[in-house]
Amino acid sequence: MPGITREEVAHLARLSRLELKAEELDHFAEQLDVIIGAVARVSDVADEDVPPTSHPLPLTNVMRADVVRPSLTPQEALSGAPAQEQQRFKVPQILGED
Amino acid sequence: MTDIIIKLTAAEIAEKIASGELTAVEVTEAHLARIEAVDEKVHAFLHVDREGALAQAREVDAKRERGEKLGPLAGVPLALKDIFTTKGVPTTVGSKILEGWIPPYDATLTKRLKDAGVVILGKTNMDEFAMGSSTENSAYGPTGNPWDLTKIPGGSGGGSSAALAAFQAPLAIGTDTGGSIRQPASVTGTVGVKPTYGAVSRYGMVAFSSSLDQGGPCARTVLDAALLHEVIAGHDPLDSTSIDAPVPPVVEAARSGSVAGMRVGVVKQFRGEGYQAGVLQRFDESVELLKELGAEIVELDCPSFDLALAAYYLIAPSECSSNLARFDAMRYGLRVGDDGTKSAEEVTALTREAGFGPEVKRRVMLGTYALSSGYYDAYYGSAQKVRTLISRDFDKAFGQVDVIVSPTTPTTAFAIGERVDDPMAMYLADLCTIPTNLAGNAAMSLPCGLAPEDGMPVGLQIIAPAMKDDRLYKVGAAVEAAFTERWGHPLLEEAPSL
Repeated sequence: MPGITREEVAHLARLSRLELKAEELDHFAEQLDVIIGAVARVSDVADEDVPPTSHPLPLTNVMRADVVRPSLTPQEALSGAPAQEQQRFKVPQILGED
Repeated sequence: MTDIIIKLTAAEIAEKIASGELTAVEVTEAHLARIEAVDEKVHAFLHVDREGALAQAREVDAKRERGEKLGPLAGVPLALKDIFTTKGVPTTVGSKILEGWIPPYDATLTKRLKDAGVVILGKTNMDEFAMGSSTENSAYGPTGNPWDLTKIPGGSGGGSSAALAAFQAPLAIGTDTGGSIRQPASVTGTVGVKPTYGAVSRYGMVAFSSSLDQGGPCARTVLDAALLHEVIAGHDPLDSTSIDAPVPPVVEAARSGSVAGMRVGVVKQFRGEGYQAGVLQRFDESVELLKELGAEIVELDCPSFDLALAAYYLIAPSECSSNLARFDAMRYGLRVGDDGTKSAEEVTALTREAGFGPEVKRRVMLGTYALSSGYYDAYYGSAQKVRTLISRDFDKAFGQVDVIVSPTTPTTAFAIGERVDDPMAMYLADLCTIPTNLAGNAAMSLPCGLAPEDGMPVGLQIIAPAMKDDRLYKVGAAVEAAFTERWGHPLLEEAPSL
């Protein structure tokens, strides 16, 4: 398995929506390299013919009747909002100006 | 009086309240006074809800005066891990990103506790988002181990385990994704149970790794843990992974402890390099004790367990990288850098940088890496295969034995600061607890003595098949009774007074 580079960590940080500082990049690159080196052992079983397990329970969708039930009021639902306007979550701009 | 009340077990407190010997308000005030007296040193609590606790206690007392029937834990105080939402009471998950957040709803577990008349004293410290084995990853500072305040109380539920060992509460709640109930119990000389996956609702429990996370009871005795288990377990339509089946008879099992005629497995992979000599010594004595009590010991080989830690540190980070995407600074929690010039995406990245601590950032990036194209099959895909192999090893083992025993952790509590910047060393604390999470079965840790070299508590882990949680209590109660008789008192009597 290849090690992990500082550039790869910068890419992972972007994908993870983390605006890391330069010194964090160096530190995490070093630590992630050690961790990935240790966990890469799992690929010992990569060629084994066993089914993957994603979950300890045999999951099926759980449905309920589509009826209105008591729920949070708009005030309660918005109570933790960093910003709100007209009973809605107010967010920074999502699309560009043009 | 305070000194007497805080040493009582939950079962004793409930009985004295029911009989009128004590009021719930007296019991609550005694514990609040204890918190006031020692928590500056221990730092088990992030938030103490004095008013809410006393109001609940008054309600229990009023119910009794009206002659209404009280539940088996009515009026008993409890320390709640700060990962469960509490309506109107701050819930931080040990993170700056949720600092000051007041949830508008109760978790199902919180609601069950309230309905049972349990008195929630406050919210306990934890590693941020339950990621860690020492509680040092809390954004609000570490918690001390009441046995030695310079040492860790375990993690992630170190606040809950410390609150029990410091006699600040007779009951506590933890969550166990890779050992976060059992390892803290082990290093503080208390009892902790990870129930079968799906036994306790995860609704309102902040998600870390959804296929592994499981809430469970923490206490100072096996019976108290069973009483709490029965209150919090059971089907919840609000959690689609909640098991729709009767709760195993855990209280009955705890009241009839016995191992006579049972087959107890010892797995050869659960010892070797990295295990402290004193831990193995106490474990071997526990196995001898089980033999004396009439159990048959069976040696087991579970080769895939050697890969469990590696698989866990791919699966848990992968799931957390997805779960923690919801912390986007839009609907609740921290928002940083929204000065009108930045995009939503930039604000999200600045907020997560400011709001998450180093361990959370490491795991989110590790998970993102493991799930990225090109690495997915080699890492995440292989880890899922290991998970299958571990379940097969357990299935084979439980074809031969009723329960498995092991040390809960390879070492006793380490010093605060010792491993905090060495992630792999920290991860080794979960070596014996992780296989159970990956397979989804049930396990308990209970005290089995002090390590001779450092005088710190050692935990014995008992593992049972899924939905056979009652076996943990049956075996645990027998071991606890035999050790208490041998020591002449419960282990916590030997802890220094704070």
